[in-house]
Parts: sequence; structure tokens; C-alpha cells
Amino acid sequence: MKILVAVKRVIDYNVQIRVKEDGSGVVTDNVKMSTNPPDDNAVEEAVKIKESGKAKEIIVVSVGEEKAQETVRKALAVGADRGILVKASGTIEPLAVAKILQKVVEKEKPDLVFMGKQAIDDDCNQTGQMLAAILNWPQATFASKIDVKENVLEVTREVDEGLETIEVKIPSIVTCDLRLNEPRYASLPNIMKAKKKPLEQIDASELGIDIKPRIEQIKVEEPPKRKAGIKVASVEELVQKLKNEAKVI
Amino acid sequence: MSVLLIAEHNNKEVKPFTFNAITAASQINDDLHVLVIGKNADTVAKSISEVPSVKKVIHVDDDIYENYIAENYTPVIVKYAENYSHIVSSANTFGKNLMPRIAALLDTSQVSDIIKVISEDTFLRPIYAGNAFATVKSSDKKKCVTIRPTSFDPAPTSGGSAEIVKGENTDSSQNTKFVKKEEIKSDRPELGTARIVISGGRGMQSGENFKLITAIADKLNAAIGASRAAVDAGYITNDHQVGQTGKVVVPDLYIAVGISGAIQHLAGMKESKVIVAINKDGEAPIFSVADYGLEADLFDALPKFLEELNKLNTIQK
Repeated sequence: MKILVAVKRVIDYNVQIRVKEDGSGVVTDNVKMSTNPPDDNAVEEAVKIKESGKAKEIIVVSVGEEKAQETVRKALAVGADRGILVKASGTIEPLAVAKILQKVVEKEKPDLVFMGKQAIDDDCNQTGQMLAAILNWPQATFASKIDVKENVLEVTREVDEGLETIEVKIPSIVTCDLRLNEPRYASLPNIMKAKKKPLEQIDASELGIDIKPRIEQIKVEEPPKRKAGIKVASVEELVQKLKNEAKVI
Repeated sequence: MSVLLIAEHNNKEVKPFTFNAITAASQINDDLHVLVIGKNADTVAKSISEVPSVKKVIHVDDDIYENYIAENYTPVIVKYAENYSHIVSSANTFGKNLMPRIAALLDTSQVSDIIKVISEDTFLRPIYAGNAFATVKSSDKKKCVTIRPTSFDPAPTSGGSAEIVKGENTDSSQNTKFVKKEEIKSDRPELGTARIVISGGRGMQSGENFKLITAIADKLNAAIGASRAAVDAGYITNDHQVGQTGKVVVPDLYIAVGISGAIQHLAGMKESKVIVAINKDGEAPIFSVADYGLEADLFDALPKFLEELNKLNTIQK
């Protein structure tokens, strides 16, 4: 079995986001970048499945600027076998990413495609479902547990009401939740080895698909700030304030 | 220009967020139709027909729609989408799972999780865990939009009498099978719609210690929330998680106990009307969004808090 894992390079989750003064976006210059956190879970799960003997090869793919190579290399350092970078600049909307991934899937013919459930930059939560739709494959979104069985996956999904379990036939798409597993760190020798693993670069323009944005970002602004609050000295004071000042209890 | 909203329900009752989504959908265009897909879901179709802002209900009923499987829902919605300018649903796990599948088949770039309708094609949505707001304009002919339910008031649920039309089902998917749902039943208010939420974080130290929170929740008729750290540590189940990848809540009162306040958690609660933080670390970021901060050991503060609440003559429910 072959697993394709899609990863995205995003502003690190610990970075305090700053909005550009001209309203054109958020500051990305000299800001620490990392792999989108749930994409790390997707890579980890693929590696675990390979270690269990149920998968033979893991291909990791990213769509973005040249620098997204780092994101691909990081996945190679924790156990993916080879990488693909589809180079594209500017805003690539989830629908466009799904169309790019469709081309990669047609070429590589994986049995499973894993990715994070949501990117923490645009918070769209779309790409996996869109890819599943255009491939006409089943989708298992928000996965917190994956069992690989004969020709099917049994997937536990985190939903608003609790947990749901579904069975999807292979080939299928899984989008991963942060609770799926604990991503490992790459060891130094493995980081060195990853530098020698193959990383193919493709230009998105060679794929013959329209990836122009359909959504115009008119303005990006800071959310309204909360008024600074106060510290209370005691529980008694807190309850009194909630009762008589805020009038919420 | 007409809007088609996909209702979320459990075949008997409409899920409350559907009413919030109805409000947003009718702000896009007042010719609002609602698609109810389910099994023996007549009471659902009836309830929605009574919402005054709904002009028409299309009810598609079949055994294959007993459980909510995106692969089965999608073909029906895509078929009906032909007659509409907008396809809309709530941006909870229901709509998040479903809508992109529809959008891709309609070749539309979806607008996720909107918090404001500016015009028929322009919307406001949070990005970067709510640390920035983006005004976006869709150029697609057909628009697929998901709505952050807590940013819109629920629509009135009675007084209307929209026509209910029976729709036709499409084929079921052979590739996806429902196995089971472990729904956590509780007599408490739902986290998403509760007036008061009290949440525990890593500072609770164990699942057992959540009983301190439960006691106060009982007293205040509050829902119980949690930070991701508390869920990851196994103190409490995932349906309680508040934050960027969990639920977004905007109660009148949010009480954060033993929660440091990572930006991912703040994303899910900082729009609450009044925020209380109880934490022994005075430097914790949670205090930066709190209206009332109490720097104290929660194991002392929570029993005292309950004691003080017990002294009050009346408590708003």
C-alpha cells in the first residue's frame, strides 16, 4: 500500500499574528514558519502504518513556495520515503490545492491520502473533502483513530456530539485531528539522511489546471480588542462583581 | 437569487445551530429554502416550515439518510443546487465535513466560517484563529458558504407556514458505511448555546478534579468546557473542547479555570460577553482577555466559589 501525505507550511502556531497596517494581510516576513500542526499528525500516522508493515511507501507532497521544501524535508526526516513540491506562489485556495493534489494522485496512484483537518492560517477546513469529491473517493474527516483493515479503514471521527465511527473503502482520504497520535521528533541522523531522499519539484503551471483565486481578499484587519479587565482580590469579590456589576449570575 | 440551506437534525429534532444559520442565510437573500435530508424526518421538515423566514422546505426522505454520511448527502444537494445562487450550512462538524464536498463538485471556492454577511457576495471571516478578520468577496457564480453559528442569533421558530415539497433521493454510496456514534448524553445545556460555560484546563490535574467544576456548573446551570490540553490528557471527552480546532462559544459568562490561555483556546471563547479567569499564574495570557481575573490556586478557589454561590439568594438560570 502507498500513502500520500499532504503538508502545508504555515506561520508557527506559537507566533503572535500581526496584521499589516495597509490591510493587505498578516506579517509573514521574518516570522517563524512550521508544518501545519495536524499535518504532522498525518505524517506520523502514515509512518506508524508503514512501521506496522501495512504500507510500503510514503510520499509527502506540499504546494507552495520554494521554501516549502523545508516542510517536505521535515516529513522525510520522520519517515516519509520521498517528497514532491508543487511550486506555486500567491494565494492558492483549497479548491486549487485539491485540483493540484488530484493530478499528483493520478500520477502516483496512492491507496490513501492523509492530511491535517484544517490549516491554522486560513482555517478553511476544505482541502481533504474537496479532493475526496473530485476523485469520487470516500472521506473520513477529523480522524482521531484509524484502523487499517482488509480493503477498508475503520475511522473514529471527532464530531460535535462526541465520537463517530465509519468504515471507508480504500482508496480513501483521511483528514487528521490533533488527537490522532503524538508526532515524533526527527533525530539528527535522520535529518541528515532526509537530505538525501528524493524531492521532486513540479511547477503548478505545468499541470494544466486553473488555480487562480476565486475569492478576493478585500481587507484584513485586527479583530476588535477587548477592554482591559481587572484583577479581583478574593472569591467573595469575584462573586459580588458577577452578581452586581456584570449581572450575569 | 435564492439561498438553499442544508438543515442539520437527528431525524426527530432540528439541531439548534440550524436556526442560527437560517438567520445568516436570510441576510444573504430573503428567498430562503431549506433542504431537509433524513429518514422519517417529517417532524423536522414541519418544524423548519414554521420558521417565518423560510419560504420553502424541500424534504428528501430515505433509509439511506438515517445517518449523516457526506457521500450520500452530497449528490442530492448538488442536484438541487442548480436552482440556487448560494448553498449554505452551519460551520460545525456537520457543515465542515459536508460543504467542501459540495463546493468541489460545483467547482466553487468555498467561503468558510463567516461571522458577518456584508452583501450577497462579500463576507467577514476570522483567520489565524481569530487573530485577524478578513473581508472576502467571492467571484464564483454559485457560492458555498458555511456560517459560524454563534455569530448570528437563532431565527424565531414559530409563526411561519412554508410549503413542504417532497424531493427525490439519489443513489447511496457503497464506499462509506456508518458503524456507530458514541454520543455523550447530558442534562446540562449544550456547550455551543449555553448562557454560562465553565471550562477546565491542564491546571485541573486530573479528570477526577473536574468534579469541582461540575459542582459549580450544576449550581449555575452551566455547560462544561475544556482546553485542548485537558482533553489530550484524558481528563474529559473531546466534545467539551473549546478553541480553534474545537468549539466556538460566546456565552454571557465564560469561566476559565486552570487554563493558561493559548491563542488556540482564546480563538474559541474570547467573544464571550464576560470572561472570568482563575489561575495561580498571574502572568498567564488568559488574564489579558479576562474581565475579572482571580490569581489563586483553583483547589482553594473553586470550593470557596461554590460556597459563595450557595450564599446567594437568587441565581439567574
